[in-house]
Amino acid sequence: MSDKIRKIEGITKESTQAMIDDALSVYPEKARKKRAPHLAPNDAASGCASVKSNKKTVPGVMSARGCAYAGAKGVVWGPIRDMVHVSHGPVGCGWYSWGTRRNMMSGTTGVDNFAMQFTSDFQEKDIVYGGDKKLKTLLAEAHDLFPLAKGISVLSECPVGLIGDDINSVAKQSAKELDIPIIPCNCEGFRGVSQSLGHHISNDTIRDYIIGTREFAEPESPYDIALIGEYNIGGDAWSTKPLLEECGLNVKSVWTGDGELEKIAATHTVKLNVIHCYRSMNYMCKVMEEKFGIPWIELNFFGPTKIRESLRALAELFDDNIKAKVEAVIAKYDPIMQAIVDEYKPRLDGKTVMLLVGGLRPRHTIGAYEDLGMDCVGSGYEFAHTDDYDRTAPEMPDATVVYDDPSEYEFEKFADALKPDLIGSGIKEKYVFQKMGIPFRQMHSWDYSGPYHGYKGFEVFARDIDMAINSPTWKLVKSPF
Amino acid sequence: MRQIAIYGKGGIGKSTTTQNTVAGLAYLGKKVMIVGCDPKADSTRLILHAKVQNTVMDLVREKGTVEDLELEDVMKIGYGETKCVESGGPEPGVGCAGRGVITAINFLEENGAYTDDLDFVFYDVLGDVVCGGFAMPIREGKAEEIYIVCSGEMMAMYAANNIAKGILKYASSGKVRLAGLICNARKTDKEFELVSALAAKLSTQMIHFVPRDNQVQRAEMRRMTVIEYSPEHPQAQEYRTLAEKILNNKMLVVPTPLEMEELEDLLMEYGIMEAEDESIVGVVEAAAA
Repeated sequence: MSDKIRKIEGITKESTQAMIDDALSVYPEKARKKRAPHLAPNDAASGCASVKSNKKTVPGVMSARGCAYAGAKGVVWGPIRDMVHVSHGPVGCGWYSWGTRRNMMSGTTGVDNFAMQFTSDFQEKDIVYGGDKKLKTLLAEAHDLFPLAKGISVLSECPVGLIGDDINSVAKQSAKELDIPIIPCNCEGFRGVSQSLGHHISNDTIRDYIIGTREFAEPESPYDIALIGEYNIGGDAWSTKPLLEECGLNVKSVWTGDGELEKIAATHTVKLNVIHCYRSMNYMCKVMEEKFGIPWIELNFFGPTKIRESLRALAELFDDNIKAKVEAVIAKYDPIMQAIVDEYKPRLDGKTVMLLVGGLRPRHTIGAYEDLGMDCVGSGYEFAHTDDYDRTAPEMPDATVVYDDPSEYEFEKFADALKPDLIGSGIKEKYVFQKMGIPFRQMHSWDYSGPYHGYKGFEVFARDIDMAINSPTWKLVKSPF
Repeated sequence: MRQIAIYGKGGIGKSTTTQNTVAGLAYLGKKVMIVGCDPKADSTRLILHAKVQNTVMDLVREKGTVEDLELEDVMKIGYGETKCVESGGPEPGVGCAGRGVITAINFLEENGAYTDDLDFVFYDVLGDVVCGGFAMPIREGKAEEIYIVCSGEMMAMYAANNIAKGILKYASSGKVRLAGLICNARKTDKEFELVSALAAKLSTQMIHFVPRDNQVQRAEMRRMTVIEYSPEHPQAQEYRTLAEKILNNKMLVVPTPLEMEELEDLLMEYGIMEAEDESIVGVVEAAAA
C-alpha cells in the first residue's frame, strides 16, 4: 500500500463529483438513483470503499459483466488442465468460453491436458425429457476416449437449473461406476448478479468434492506453499511460480492456472497459501485456514515496487534462509527492472490511465503503471465486492473517480472528461475507445500478450504499454471527440 | 377457425369432456383438430380407439430433432375425420413438460397443421397454468376461447377461480376470453346452483350442466366417446347439446375472478363450507380439551 496520499493535478473531489453528476444527468430518475451510489470520488485517506457494489445491474445500461457459468468455467475450472470440463447445456456457452481467457497450459492434449470443448449440446428433446441420461452417456464416453483425464467437472448452463436436471446424482453415480472424480457444479448463469457468484460456487464445490482427497507423494517441508488465484493468463504462472521457487519456496500447487487436479486436492497440506486474485479465491483460502489452519497472504506481482513489497512481506512469514534468498532475488532483479524503467519511463512519464477490469486488476496493476511514471485517474470493477473497494482506496490517487459496474455510457463520459492516455479494459470496450482515438489495452487477456506477472512479466507489460500509447498510428487517427 | 382451450382441475374430466364434445361437433359435421397438451397423452384415445398415440415429443426424442419429424408421423385421424395430435412429454419429475407443449405447437404451426378447412382446434391442457408452457395454447394468435371444466366440489371451484385469474392476465394483453364453465357433475349438493352462481360471479355462464352417467365409463372402457358408442343414449344427447351451445356461443368475457374470501362466502352461502371458527385455529388437541 502507498504510504502517502497522492493527488493528481486538476482532480478534486468536487471536480470528480461534478463529472459523475453530469454523467448521471441523462438517466431517468429511478436509474439515476440506483446508479449514483456506485460512482464516487476516491477517498484515499479513509481506506474504505467509496462505492456500493455487487448489486444487480440496472436494466437498460450496458454492463460488461458475465454470468455465474462464465465465472465457473472461464475462471476457476477451465484452467485445470488434466480434467475434462463438461459444459452441460446448449452448445454456445461451452464454445464461447473455450480458451478465450488465455489461461495457458502445458502438457500434451489427450494425455495430461484436455483443453477441448466438451458439451452435452442440448436439443429440444433434452430440455423436455431432461438431460441426465445424456450426461451419463457423455461421462462414460469422455472417460472411454480420454482415460488419462484425472477427473471430470460438470458445469451447469441455465436450462439445467430451469428444468431441474439432477446433475449431482448423475455425477455421484458415474463417479462410482467410472472410478474417477466427477464434480458437479451448479453454476447456472442466471444465478447471482455477476460472474462473481460462479467463482464462489466453484470454490464451494472444490471445498465439497476436492480438497483433502489426495496427498503429495513427497514428504512435507516448511517451505511448502500454494499459489492461489493465479490463472496463468498469457503464462503468468510461468513467471510467478519460478520466482517463488527462486526465493526458496516449494510451490506445491497453483490454483488453477495450468492446474492439476491431484495437486489441488492435496493443497490442504501446504504451510501457506499465497493468494493473488483475492476476489475469485478468497473463499477457499478462508476455508483452508479454518479447516486446516493454513494461513494466507495477499500479494501483488505487478511491477517491481509491488513485487518487492510482496516478496518482503512473504519473507517475514519464513525463516532467515528464505529472507536471505528473497533479498538476493530482489538484489538480482532490481537493476534489471531499473533498466526497463529507464528505457520506458521517459516516454510514459506523466501519462494517465483509466481501468475497468474484473475483480483484482483495477487495483493490483496501479503500482506497475506508477513504476512507469503513469497515473491512474479512474478505476473500477465489473464484479468486485466491498472488500475489494476497501483495498482499492489506498492504491488510487485521492479524489479520482471510482466506478462500480459502470455502463458503457458512464465509462465513455468519464473518458471524454478525463482524456486518459490509455484505457485498460476488455474486448467489449476496446474498439469503442480506439475509435475515440484513445490507446487501449485489453486487460482481461493481456491483449494476446503476456505474461504481465512477476519480473518477467513487467518487461512485457512495459513494452506493451509503451507500444499502445506511443504507437505512431494515433497520429493518423482523427478523434471526433 | 375457432381455437378453444380447455382447462380445469386435474382429474375433473377435461379429456373425456373434450373428446365427447369434439365428437358432438364432428357429429354436427364440423372439422376439428384436438391438440393434447399434457404429457400423459390421453386427450385423443377415445377419438382414435388407441391406448396411446405417438406423441410429438416422443418422436422428437426417437428421431433426434424436431426438424426430422413429418406431420403425418404425429397426426392421426379418428372419429368423424377428427385430427388428433398429442404433444407428449416426460414422465413426472424430470425435464420440462411445458417446453414440450411449446415445441409441439410450434412444430404444428411450422408444418401447416392448421389448415383452412378446420372449423375448430381444441387444446386439452394439463390441470392448471403452472408455467409459460401450459399457457402456450392461449398465447397471441392461438386459442381465444377458454372453457373451464369444473364441478360443485370445493377444490374444483377453487381451481376454476385460479384459472380465471390466469386468463385475466392474458386477457388484459391479448384477445383471449373466458367462454364459460362446463359443469361435469359429481352429484354434489346444489351443484347446478353453485356452479351457476360461480359463473355469474366470474361474469361468465355455466354453458352446460353435464349430468353424471355411467354410460361415459362404459364407452371409455371401449376407448370410445358416448356419441360414437351409443349415439341414441341420453348422455350422447347431452354432449351434442354442449357441442351445439359451444357452436353458437357468443358470450366471450374478460373474467372477474373472486378474492379468496368472496369465494368462501359463496361456498358458505350454498352450505358447502362451514363458517370458520377462528377460536380453534392453531390450538393443539391437548390444549383444547
